This record gives sequence, C-alpha cells and structure tokens, in this order.
Amino acid sequence: MSMLDSKIPEGPIERKWTDHKGHIRVVAPANKRRIDVIVVGTGLAGASAAASLAELGYNVKAFCFQDSARRAHSIAAQGGINAAKNYQNDGDSVYRLFYDTVKGGDYRAREANVYRLAEVSANIIDQCVAQGVPFARDYGGLLDNRSFGGVQVSRTFYARGQTGQQLLLGAYSALMRQVGKGAVKMFDRHEMLDVVVIDGKARGIIARNLITGGIERHGAHAVLLCTGGYGNVFFLSTNAMGSNVTAAWKAHKRGAFMANPCYTQIHPTCIPVSGTHQSKLTLMSESLRNDGRIWVPKSLEDAQAIRDGKKKGSDIPEADRDYYLERRYPAFGNLVPRDVASRAAKERCDAGFGVNKTGEAVYLDFGAAIQRYGKQQATLQHIDDPTAEQIRELGTAVVSEKYGNLFDMYENIVGENPYLHAMKIYPAVHYTMGGLWVDYNLQTTVPGLFALGECNFSDHGANRLGASALMQGLADGYFVIPYTVGDYLADDIRTGPIDIKNTAFDEAEKAVTERIDHFLNNKGTKPVDDFHRRLGKVMWDKCGMARNAQGLQEAITEIRRIREEFWKDVRVPGKANEFNQELEKAGRVADFLELGELMCKDALERNESCGGHFREEYQTPEGEALRDDADYAHAAAWEWTGEAGAANLHKEELKFDVVKLTQRSYK
Amino acid sequence: MRNMKLTLKIWRQSGPNAKGEMKTYPVNDVSEDMSFLEMLDVLNDDLVRKGEEPIAFDHDCREGICGSCSLFINGEAHGPGRMITTCQLHMRKFKDGDTIHVEPWRSGAFPVIKDLAVDRSAFDRIQAAGGFVSVNTSGNLVDGNAVPIPKDDADTAFDAATCIGCGACVATCVNSSAMLFVAAKVSQFALLPQGKPEAKRRVLAMVEQMDKEGFGNCSNTGACEVECPKGISLEHIARMNREYLTASATKD
Amino acid sequence: MARSALLGSSLAKKYWMALTGLFLCTFLIAHLAGNLQLLDMSPEGQLKFNAYAKFMTTFPLVKLVSYVLYASILFHAFDGFLLAVQNRKARPVKYAHEKAGANSTWYGRQMALLGTLVLVFLIIHMKTFWYEMHWGELGLDVDGNKDLYTLVATVFTQWWYVALYVMSMLVLAYHLLHGFQSAFQSLGLNHPRYTPVIKNVGVFFAVIVPVFFALIPVWMFINA
Repeated sequence: MSMLDSKIPEGPIERKWTDHKGHIRVVAPANKRRIDVIVVGTGLAGASAAASLAELGYNVKAFCFQDSARRAHSIAAQGGINAAKNYQNDGDSVYRLFYDTVKGGDYRAREANVYRLAEVSANIIDQCVAQGVPFARDYGGLLDNRSFGGVQVSRTFYARGQTGQQLLLGAYSALMRQVGKGAVKMFDRHEMLDVVVIDGKARGIIARNLITGGIERHGAHAVLLCTGGYGNVFFLSTNAMGSNVTAAWKAHKRGAFMANPCYTQIHPTCIPVSGTHQSKLTLMSESLRNDGRIWVPKSLEDAQAIRDGKKKGSDIPEADRDYYLERRYPAFGNLVPRDVASRAAKERCDAGFGVNKTGEAVYLDFGAAIQRYGKQQATLQHIDDPTAEQIRELGTAVVSEKYGNLFDMYENIVGENPYLHAMKIYPAVHYTMGGLWVDYNLQTTVPGLFALGECNFSDHGANRLGASALMQGLADGYFVIPYTVGDYLADDIRTGPIDIKNTAFDEAEKAVTERIDHFLNNKGTKPVDDFHRRLGKVMWDKCGMARNAQGLQEAITEIRRIREEFWKDVRVPGKANEFNQELEKAGRVADFLELGELMCKDALERNESCGGHFREEYQTPEGEALRDDADYAHAAAWEWTGEAGAANLHKEELKFDVVKLTQRSYK
Repeated sequence: MRNMKLTLKIWRQSGPNAKGEMKTYPVNDVSEDMSFLEMLDVLNDDLVRKGEEPIAFDHDCREGICGSCSLFINGEAHGPGRMITTCQLHMRKFKDGDTIHVEPWRSGAFPVIKDLAVDRSAFDRIQAAGGFVSVNTSGNLVDGNAVPIPKDDADTAFDAATCIGCGACVATCVNSSAMLFVAAKVSQFALLPQGKPEAKRRVLAMVEQMDKEGFGNCSNTGACEVECPKGISLEHIARMNREYLTASATKD
Repeated sequence: MARSALLGSSLAKKYWMALTGLFLCTFLIAHLAGNLQLLDMSPEGQLKFNAYAKFMTTFPLVKLVSYVLYASILFHAFDGFLLAVQNRKARPVKYAHEKAGANSTWYGRQMALLGTLVLVFLIIHMKTFWYEMHWGELGLDVDGNKDLYTLVATVFTQWWYVALYVMSMLVLAYHLLHGFQSAFQSLGLNHPRYTPVIKNVGVFFAVIVPVFFALIPVWMFINA
C-alpha cells in the first residue's frame, strides 16, 4: 500500500485552479499539429473534450460504440445542470455549490476538485447558451432555474425534462463542427478493447470496428477515457443497455487504479421491476419529489391486501398512511438526498410494507398536490364553492403542465393512469461515483491516460447530488482537460507519430483477438445475458443499497463461481468479422464479472457507511449512515495485480481544509 | 393475465451486401408488460440457446431518448402508437394471436448493416455540414443572460431541438425524405439569436449535404410529423423552406 | 453555391412546383370563368362564346400569358417527373408490409400518379379543342368567328367523352386537394393562424373548381 499523490496545487482553495492554469506548461499552436489525442466515448465529457482539443489544434480521434456520437447515454439525463450563477439572488455562490457538493458526497470527495468544478460551473452555462442550447427561459427572456434534492437554493438550469439531451446535442454539434473541418476523425460503431502502454505511457488503443469486426490499432500521444459509469454491473439499472466498464477496466488492467468502486448511486424514484423479462429500469425525474409525497400503508394487513390486489392505494384512508420520509426527516421531507430516500424505501419494503406484486414498491402520490393546486386555481379563477370534481380537474391540469411528459412515460410503461392512481416507484441503480483514480489534472496512474466525467472518481465522493453529473462531464471536457493535457503533452512535441508496429501493439492486439476467438469457439450452452442477470442479482442483493460483511463475502464467492462458469459455458454465436452483438456483450460481461468482485472487495474493506455505501454494521441508532473519519477519510484506489480479486489497495488521504467534517443531517 | 402467442415475421439479412428475406418466428409466453424490444430479447435468448443466430437490432437507452432503436413494425415506424419509440412500445398494444411484421428502416441513404440494423451516419454528415454554432470553447463568453430570448422562441427552438435523430421520418416518408430531421436542426438555430450570424451558410450547406446523401424530396404528406416520436412539427420544414429561399436568393 | 442551389437543389425543385402549381390554379379560375359561358346554350350565347374564344386566341397580352401557361404546364410536369424519379430512387428496397394510411392520405402520396393522369387528360383535351381551334378545320358562325361552340357541343354528345371528363375532374380534385395547401408549405408559408385558413380554402377550391368544370359537359350532354 502506498499513499497517492493527487498533485493538488498549493495555495488557498479559491486560487488553486487559477494559479495552476497560469503555471502549467502549454503546447505552442504549431506543435499541437504534431500531436495526436484519442478520446474514447462521446458523451458530455468526451464530446466536449474532443471538440475543445480539436479547436486548440490537436489531431483528435474520437471513438464511440454507438452508431452516432449523439447517442451517448448523457442524452438520457432528465433534470438539469447545476451552476453557481445566483441568478435567483437566493444566496448561491461558488462556495455554496462547493460546500453542498462536498456535504452531499458525505465528505468523501476531493475538496480541490470540487471547488474547481463549482468555479467553472458558471462558464458551462455561458458556453452552452452560446452554442444554441435552448434552456428554459422565463417571460422576460432570461434563464430559468429550479431546485433539486439536498440543497436549499435554486441553481439548476434545465430544458424541460431533457436537459442531458440538449447539452449533449450542444457538445455533439461542437464535435461535428470539428469533424466537418477534419480536425476530429470520428470512429462510431467502434469499441475500445485495450489501452496500449509503451515505456510506461499510454500510447494508443486497440479498437474493434463493430460493423466489420476488424481489429484496429490507433496510436496517440495521450488517451482520454470518457466512457461513463459501470452501473450495468447490476444488469438492471437506468443506464443504457450498451453502457459498460470495458474501456475503464482495460485501463485498470494496464495499470490505472480503480478508486472507490463500491460507491454506487441508487436513485429512489424509478419504475419498479415488473417481471423476469425486464431489461432495464426507467428513471422518474427527481423533480417529481417536489410535489409527490412518498408513502406506504401503516399496517401490514393493508400492505398485504394491496399486494393481493384486494385493495388499492386510494382505499387507504389518510390516517392509515405512513409518509415515512416526512416522518423521519421533517426538515427536508420528500426532498432528502437520493441515498437517504432510497434506503428509507428499502427499509419499509424489507419490513413488509411494499405495495406491488413483488413487494418492492412504494407510492409516490400526487393526490395532495392535485388538491392543493386545484384549490389554488379555483381561487385564481374566482370559482366560489368549487366541487371536488372541479378541484380535481384544475389540479390535474397544473400537475400535467409541470410533469406531463413523465406521467405519460409512466402510463406507457406501467399501463396505469398516474393521475388517478398513485405512482409506484422503487430505487434503482443510476450512477457510479467510483471510477478510475485521477489526480488533479485528471490523469490516471498511467501517464498519458486521462479519465473524465463519470468514468473517473473525483468529484462526487460517496453520493452525487442531482444535476451535478452533467456539470462535471462538461467541466472536465470543456474547461479542465484542455489545460491539463497540455502540461503533459508539452514533453511530446518532438516524439513524432506513435509507431503502431511497436510490440506493445502486437501484444495488445493478440490478447484482444485471442479473447474473441475464445468466445466464438467456446462450446457453451447459455447466452451471455444469462450470466449477466445472475451477476446482477448477486450485486443487487449483496452489494446494493445495503451491504454487510457476510453478504459481501458470499457475493465474492458467488461471483467467482459465475465467472468460472461463464468462461466455460457461455455461448456466443456468429463470427468475428461481422456485426455481432452477442460478441460485444460477451466482452463487456466478462469485464463486469471481474469488476463486480472488486466492488464487493472495496465495500468489504470500507468498514464504515458513507453516502451510497451503507454497511449495515455501521449505522446510527436512527439507522443513518455512520462514517468513520479517523480510519476512512480516504479514497481507496485499487491496483490490478494480474488476477481478479487480488487487487492491491492504495490510499489517497482526503484532507478537508475548508469544509468541517460533521455528521450529515437532513432531519 | 394470460400470456400471448404471437407470430413474428422478421427481416433477416446477414450482411450489407447479402440478400435478405422475411422469416417467420413463433413466440409464446409474451407478457403484456414487456416492451417490444424485451420481447425480441426473449426471442434472441431462445435462438442463441438453439444455436441459431440472434436477430441484430439497434437499441441502447430503452427510454426513448437516444434514438438508437429503429424498427418498422406492422407497416409503421416505431410501430403503432404515437409519440413513442420502439423501445417504449409495450406488448399490451398487441393481441394474442397477432402476426407482427418487423422490417428495418428502408432508405437508400440508410443501408442495412445486418438484419434490422441500418447505417444512419448520413445524419452525422448533414450535422457536420452546418448543424452547429461556430463558437469555440472559452471561459470568456458573454453571460448566458446577456441576450434575452423571448420565451416563445426559446420554447419553439426547444421543440425542434428534441429531435432524437432516429430516422423515423425518413423511414416513414413515401419519398424517404430527411426534411424533418434537417429542418428541426435548421429551425432550432434559426430561432435563436446565437444561430443567426451563420444562418444562411448553415441552411445552404445542410440541404446540399442532404441532397448528396440521396434522400428523396419532401412532398408534404405529413407522415413524418405523425410518426415522429417527438412530434416535431411540419412548421419547422416550412421555416427551413423560408430560410433556404431567402438564403439562396440573397447570398452572394 | 447559391446560384446552383436555386436551380438544382431538392428545395428549389419544390419551389418551382409550388409556383407553377399556384399559377396553374389561377389559370383554372380564368378558364372556368370562360367555360361557364357554355352553359348558356341559346344562339346568342353560342355566338358570344365563339367571340370570346377568338379574343382568347388572338389578343396579344392573352397570347403572351398563354405562352407562360404552356411553359408552366410543361415545367410542372417535367419537374414533377424529376422529383418522382429521385423519390423512387431514394428507396431502392420497398417495404414488404406498409400501413401508410395510418399517417398520410393516399392522394398526398400519389401526386405523381394523379399528375400524370391530369397530364394525359390535358393532352386529350387540348387535341380535341385547342388544336382544332388553332389549326383544325372549323366552320365559321354567323359573326365570322370560328365555331368552337358547335365543336364542344358535338363532342359532349358522346357519353363516354363526358364520363372521361367527369373522371378526370375527380382526379384533378384530388390533385388539388393536396397540391393547393402543399404549395404554400413548400414556399415556407406556414403559420399557426393562417395555415388552417389556407387549408380550408384549398379544400373549397379543390371541390368547387372541378365540380363546375365537370358540370359543363354533363349539362351539355343532358340538354343536347
């Protein structure tokens, strides 16, 4: 074990980034033309980084496995993006955004990175507006804001329920502009299958052309991984079907440390699982918790009756409902942070109060909001003595105006009208705070290999606040990496093009080809998804919302067994030199099967509860997460040693010079 | 609730240059809670276990926003149902005993890669031709609130910007025209002050690229608007027609 | 780029379709106005019609406009042909199973076919009357004008010819039903307030004009 150097610049926190930018090296314009950079992934981080680096003058090659760069999963983010603009004059500031993020992350994030994130947040909005991103505006023509969980100011910018889409299309348009100029060469339907390390530095990648199956070598002076999170290790998550850990995991195996892999965000408001056929889970935006009240019946009999279909939610009188978030957290009520809300739902369902067939759902009820808005509207429209029916109609119209698209989405999936019957929701895996360890410059432990966005671990600690993922992706891509990568590349102006005939490329390509051949020649019997589902179940049951030492140890054993069986019994039809989606999945699941074990190991190692990591052994008498700052105020960075499960632990001590460590409370 | 038995007739084509054909697959035990793609997952699972090649189809987010999924189901892009993508289509829309036809998007500009997966990179090239605002990354831009934008303009621009680039408009159009896709982008930027400076250049370049890709011409049947999962309006096509007319008449 | 854009691009082709189409619509009104004189089958009415026909074929300004008209018809047909060919090429492999009725009207999708039928009708129509008027052997009426009226009246004594006219007007009606409002959309004239008006006017136009055109042969057949 060693202590990692995060290369945080000296000086007061508000000067660090400015001073750092002023002192690091830059590459002269004429020299940038001689430098190649590979960007893997074209989500917010990747598209913004590729576009920014290309316009600086570097030769950029961008890769994505989707059929177009525009389809990266950033596109699915609904709610919004935070920025410390203080347009609402409600006391927001860079410091407050910084503070909220560190606290929201349960004091497990790196202060200097978070401060920088808050600092550049305002620039992101300006940049996006200039690109033509149609943010929501008020009647005066100015930008509108809304509020999100875990904070007390309105700093979230949004574009209806499709903020991620609009921001990504902005970044994508910037990227395509560079593609049109020839400054970025775009490789869509290409999947990175290995990083090539020459003399200790990342010098390229091996990629598979997903249409032809061709294995390609691409050399570069630096490689940027912007490949998102690994929530799909749970099989069921709100991630896109293709979201995977492969790029990050290959980097890990080539020497990049994986930090805090056990920090997983379980989002409290998702549509519950309906059956064994389920392939993915759908998020219902956090914004719903502004008006929806979460409850379960007070009595077990009522809950049972609902599960048996003998009673409906509406049959339960007000007095027999348990609004458990309002009961437990009077100060924040239904708007507690995600980790807290998710655990509370699980606690009630585990205690037998769940309200759907599977017993894993709670109500998100807009009945009260409809009544409240209905009465408000009646007053506004001067309707004296409105009937109950009138109030209901008026209120429904207001709710529909605010959340119509989400309600439609719900009805479409569940087949039940959420205006009449309370929505049923349950937590689902949504985001992974853990990821590749990076220093202040976003460089991993492999020189020349950088990680941006959800792919790295740096900014959200043990729990991410809503509307912060978009902020981080764009901050890293637009405003951080263009500076920090230059400092690294300044050494490479005389290197010349990377020789892809180097033996390191031979070796990496051989490993990739052998693995593909193994899958295709394996005489197995079960499809890839079979193993993925089983892995997901183990992870969800034992390394999900709540973990304990025994469960984690069992999980490790079970994952090893599944992994062993996978390699023996997986069946991958088709050929290597064609479009072969089963083959793509096989490679990804193989990596998930190794990552899953590391996540359990990390969770087992961290003998405390913090944010999304809840160890049942470590809780306060009220059932809240109990941190252990004396022993665990560090980032756990794991080094691959040649075998899954045998990773070495390194630590980065987290120093809190500005924010005081306290017990997080939303009561 | 009883599970459904269905007959699927699916286009199979082993590669870009191979000859394809419709093949019949019976599926049993389809739950009405399944999405259409989950039903295909079940079929594929079965095919793999039997040692056959699974059906290739594009899909990713499965919540109607990434624009990957692209099936022509029972004669309609994204199947029956309005304002949804294929991944949002649920099996409760079908009845026990139904026969369902599944084909890829058909357009010369969208060549088939395999089975139901097509190549839509023509859209990327149109975007690269001019679907952007030429602004570099800089921390020193004017403040986001420096230029107020009327709410109606911002909202209409947003309506256009919700396009997910799925290609249903092309697939649906009797002429295989990409006008709705191109118009959505042109219109978004034409409505915003940020897009104005290069509006003429943009519309001319994007239309030129659209023509080069071999899409057909718009004959205003309005089918695209009906089948568009985001309900993008024909008004945007009219706006593009205006933009293009003035641009080509006045640009020197 | 700008110049070639106005001539060769897909959008420019649509502008020309729209402009020539709308011009042809105005011609339809003028033509119908003249033809309605045929309903007056009295001897004076016949002479008046023949005088009108002479005016229309000899007055210089009208002649000039008629050349524009011939050019428009030819261009509308030629441009439409080019568009149809491109559109067919844009989808080399057809769908095996289509349900286009769910999202559009059949006549909106079949403009090329409807247009071709209208063109065929036009050729027959022009051979029968226009050609005969200009170069045929027509007798003279008492005023010394070419007796076009008698030709028309004779032609419309044949039931199958009347039927052809009525059918053709039905085809024209559908062509206009889509074409009229479509022309405005092609020219970018779409506005939430005015488009519904345009659409209603289009429907009215597409019904009234062909109905009156069809009425004439039927009337003359019945009263012959």
